[in-house]
Amino acid sequence: MTAPGAPKIRVLIAKPGLDGHDRGAKVVARALRDGGCEVIYTGIRQTPEMVAEAALQEDVDVVGLSILSGAHLELFPRVVEELKKRGVDDVLLFCGGIIPEEDTKQLEDLGFAAIFRPGTNTQDIVKFVYDHVKK
Amino acid sequence: MDQLVEKFLSGDRRALARIISRVENQTPEGRAYVRDLFPHSGRAHTIGVTGGAGSGKSTLTGALAAEYRRRGHTVGIVAVDPSSPFTQGAILGDRIRMQDLTLDPGVYVRSMASRGALGGLAPSIDDVVSIMDAFGFDYVLIETVGAGQDEVEIAGTALTTILVNNPGTGDDIQAMKAGIIEIADILVVNKADHPGADVLVSQLQALLSLAPAGSRRPPILKTTAIRGEGIAELADAVAGHRAGLEHSGELEQQRAADARHQVLAIARAILLERIRRATPEEELDGLVRRVAARELDPHTAAEELAAAAGQ
Ligand SMILES: Nc1nc2c(ncn2[C@@H]2O[C@H](COP(=O)(O)OP(=O)(O)OP(=O)(O)O)[C@@H](O)[C@H]2O)c(=O)[nH]1
Ligand SMILES: [Mg+2]
Repeated sequence: MTAPGAPKIRVLIAKPGLDGHDRGAKVVARALRDGGCEVIYTGIRQTPEMVAEAALQEDVDVVGLSILSGAHLELFPRVVEELKKRGVDDVLLFCGGIIPEEDTKQLEDLGFAAIFRPGTNTQDIVKFVYDHVKK
Repeated sequence: MDQLVEKFLSGDRRALARIISRVENQTPEGRAYVRDLFPHSGRAHTIGVTGGAGSGKSTLTGALAAEYRRRGHTVGIVAVDPSSPFTQGAILGDRIRMQDLTLDPGVYVRSMASRGALGGLAPSIDDVVSIMDAFGFDYVLIETVGAGQDEVEIAGTALTTILVNNPGTGDDIQAMKAGIIEIADILVVNKADHPGADVLVSQLQALLSLAPAGSRRPPILKTTAIRGEGIAELADAVAGHRAGLEHSGELEQQRAADARHQVLAIARAILLERIRRATPEEELDGLVRRVAARELDPHTAAEELAAAAGQ
C-alpha cells in the first residue's frame, strides 16, 4: 500500500487486562501487516502502564486496544492517562472487541477514533488506519 | 542544537524513540542525527543473538538483559523480525518474550522490521545501534531474524555474536560447518531442558575440534532461557570474549574492520544513488532492454552508467 522506502506506519496492537485469548487481536495484526503496516504485537495480559510504555519505546503512530473482558471502561482511561503521562499525545487510537453501544460516547470522548466490534471486516480497519494516521 | 538532540542527551527516552524512527526511515534528517550523535557512541558492548526461528533468541535476549540489570547495567535491545516481501508489512512479536523488562527504566526495547535487507538484519541497523550506544546503554543487544545458514551480517554489527541452537531439532550439524558457525563467538544450546542437549553439546565440540589449529574455539554453553538457567554463565562468557579481544589487541582490529565494512556499504549506496540520478529512467530502460536483447553485454552497460555519473 505504501511505496517501498516510504516511512512505514507503525501500529501497536495490545490487549490490556486479563483476557485469556487473543485471536481477534492477532487477526487485526495480520490484516494490518498485509496492508503494509509494521505491527508490534505485545501479547496478552498487559497493564495500562505496559501498553503506554511499549507505545513510547516503539514510537508507534497508532495504538489499537483489544478487549473481551468487559473491563474497557476501567482500563482504557488508564491507558490514555499513561500515554499522556509519557507525552505520547499524538497517536491515533482505536479499539475493538466486545464493547456495548452505550459506551461509545465515553470512549470517543477519551480519544478513541473508532470502535470495531465483532464481525467488522478487517479491511475496514486497515482503511481506517490509512485514512486517519497522522503522518 | 536541535531540541530532540538536547532531550536525547539529557536521557529522554521518547526523544530516543523518535530519533530512531527518523534514522530507520533513512531520511536526510535521520542521517543528520547520526552525524550529531555518533561522537557519543562507542562505549556500549554490542552483542548479537542469532539462530534458527523459534530457537529462543527473544527469550534468551530478555533473560540476558535481566542478568545485566541484576549486575547494575543498563540495556538497549533491538529485535529484528522479517518484513513481508509482498506487502512490506511486518508483525514484530519479539517483545512478547521480554514483557518483564517493559517497565524497567534501565531497559529500552525496540522492534525493527527487516525492510528488505538480507542477512537477518535491517538496512539501518548499524545506525540504530550507534544511536542506542550514544544514548548511554552499557549493553546493546541485537536479535536477528530467525537465521538460516548464511545470515552472517550480525558479526559485522555486534562485537560479540551468540549463536543459539536447540537439541533434538534435527539440525544438520554437518551443514553448519560451512556457514554460520564460523561467525559465532559463543555457542549456546538453549532449551537444555529438552532431551538431547548433551548430545548436541558433544556434536558441537566435535565439530569445533575440526577447526584448524590456532583458530579460536568459541565456548559452548547450555541454557534454559525460560527459567533463566545458564544465563549468568552466558554473561560471564560474553565478558570473557571481550576481555580476550582486548588482551590480544584484536578489539581495535575488529572495530576497524567493522567500520570499514560500514563505510564501504554506505559509499556503495551513495554511488548507486548518484548513478540512478545521473541517468533518466527512460535511458536506463533503453539500456537494459539492449542487454536483454543481447545487443549489449551487462558490463559495458554498467560502465556506461557509471561513466554518466562520473561526469
Ligand atoms: N522448553 C523451553 N522452551 C523455551 C526455552 N527458551 C525459549 N523457549 C520457548 O520457545 C519458543 C520460542 O521462543 P522465542 O524466544 O520467541 O524464540 P525466537 O528465536 O526469538 O523466535 P523468532 O524470533 O520467532 O525466530 C517460546 O515458546 C519460548 O517460550 C527454553 O529454554 N526451554
Ligand atoms: Mg524472537
